[in-house]
Amino acid sequence: MGPETGKKRARGRRAGALLAALALAAGVAGCARSAPAPGAGKLVIQNIGSDTMVNLAQAWAEEYAAVAPEVSVEVSGGGSGLGIAALLNGTADIANSSRRIEPEEKARISARTGQEPREFLVGFDALSIYVHRNNPLEEISLEDLHDIYAEGGPIDRWSQLGVPPIPGARTDRIIRVSRQNNSGTYHYFRDVVCGRHADFKLGSLDMNGSKDVVELVSRTPAAIGYSGLGYQTDQVKMLRVARRRGQRGVLPSVATTLDQSYPIARPMFMYTPGEPPPHVRQYLDWVLSPAGQKIVALTGYVPLRTDAPATP
Amino acid sequence: MNQPPAPLLRRERPRLHRLAERGLEWTLRACGYSAIFFVLAIFLFVFREGAPLLPKLDWAQVLFSPEWYPTSRVHVRYGVAAMIAGTLSVTALAMVLAVPFGLGAAIFVSEFCTGRVKETLKVVIELLAAIPSIVWGFIGLSVTNHLIQRYLPAPVGLNLFNAACLLALMSVPIIVSIGEDALKAVPDSYCEAALALGATRWQTVHRVLLPAARNGLLAAVLLGVGRAIGETMAVLMATGHANQFPHSLFDPIRTLTATIAAELGETAVGSDHYRMLFVIGLMLFTITFIVNLLADLAVRGVRGKTG
Repeated sequence: MGPETGKKRARGRRAGALLAALALAAGVAGCARSAPAPGAGKLVIQNIGSDTMVNLAQAWAEEYAAVAPEVSVEVSGGGSGLGIAALLNGTADIANSSRRIEPEEKARISARTGQEPREFLVGFDALSIYVHRNNPLEEISLEDLHDIYAEGGPIDRWSQLGVPPIPGARTDRIIRVSRQNNSGTYHYFRDVVCGRHADFKLGSLDMNGSKDVVELVSRTPAAIGYSGLGYQTDQVKMLRVARRRGQRGVLPSVATTLDQSYPIARPMFMYTPGEPPPHVRQYLDWVLSPAGQKIVALTGYVPLRTDAPATP
Repeated sequence: MNQPPAPLLRRERPRLHRLAERGLEWTLRACGYSAIFFVLAIFLFVFREGAPLLPKLDWAQVLFSPEWYPTSRVHVRYGVAAMIAGTLSVTALAMVLAVPFGLGAAIFVSEFCTGRVKETLKVVIELLAAIPSIVWGFIGLSVTNHLIQRYLPAPVGLNLFNAACLLALMSVPIIVSIGEDALKAVPDSYCEAALALGATRWQTVHRVLLPAARNGLLAAVLLGVGRAIGETMAVLMATGHANQFPHSLFDPIRTLTATIAAELGETAVGSDHYRMLFVIGLMLFTITFIVNLLADLAVRGVRGKTG
């Protein structure tokens, strides 16, 4: 009797263990989430937003790790809209935005947090117009860009701009490369080039990142695209941009952005939901300091101060 | 009286054992029913997010206009006609490429090869199905993009043809493995009868095997179609994501799935744009539901009986 019941009990225990294992397996995902992050006690700043600024924000975060080791800045991109949406959802401490916050977004954040979002101007970005290196074009005016990109604009072919057949292009059609319609770059380019009351022409190739635009243009001889100054490579050509047809074009650079002679340059912002806590405030102060602004210039953007070393 | 209970005791199963068995049975039952639960829950979620916009939409514009300007400052328009055309054209072209290859491979694997060749082919084809779609997208962006631009008369390498080639490669394994199962399910006696009548191998396949496996093969193709319609990352990367009606094989296009993938992350939750993306999700849900339903009906042979 004794050994027999022992056997039974063992079998029962095994089945019970199996059940428990199943239950555990079901519960594991939830447990893993609620466990505290390793290295707790370290202050974390969530910094989400503009793809245009993501290289810069990353460089800041890395540099800041040496300045204040007790603070860790976690950067992710996704677009200005995403950053501001993250402020709204409370998942970001700082939102990077390459456009000014919309009044509607501001109102939503105020309604959510009870505080006005704070705006910090952290630098400038010049939007360059890129074409393939085989393209003989050197200069373009905002009016031509409008006719190429805006809805109803009459320019569809390179020959309309007086450009001879581009080697390797196989077509005279202008292949317009643009951005996805939530991108800060898209909004800014639309406002400056298409006009505040216009939209883009349909049929542009809408890329999901600043770098993708430059990459596609570098592979496509008939293409034209717009992206940040910092994304230039040897494979593409940057065009001089004139305000009007017949005027002299200006090449984008730190100097031409600061003296406002380059027509497609824009401010870059960081937003916090209301008054930032001390560790976030310190980070922003450092970003705005000469040390932080030096990194703006080093990553190919345009710093706020001219006293920072200007490398084009 | 003491002797008889002994065998009874041995036959009686321990209580814990019985309980555990019942518990397992219920767990498995829950697993089975959970599929229904999840599908319904997902549909309800998508519907709930999209529903508030449904009565506000101008459906003529949504279904027949290519003008997709969800973030326009002056005139917001939600036309998805060009995306529907893009989805359908890329799927159709992918199937034109994949069906002959897929069915051909299925027939070869199930009828014309044996032993090690068969095993190797099956393993390799299954491996093809295991490649993640982002990897396909990357191949489209960096390899086929280049090849198409160099050797074909295409002004831009990211286009309908590029994406269709990738989708074809992604749906071939599905068509092959399900098609092969369908061919395997044909009773051996059919083939034996055909051979006994003096039919050649090709005649057997063409006249006996294919008609007998017709429903299963149709299901294989339809599941391939489902795969192609629902694919997102690869088409987002390889189509060029240009919102226009395609006029040639080499025009960039945009699909419904890629639009959701590209835009959902950045819309404010609850905005009209956000809801419209869920309405697109509902459209996709409807399309894939119809395709899967057709595949299911084909498998059951309902088509064969009624038509």
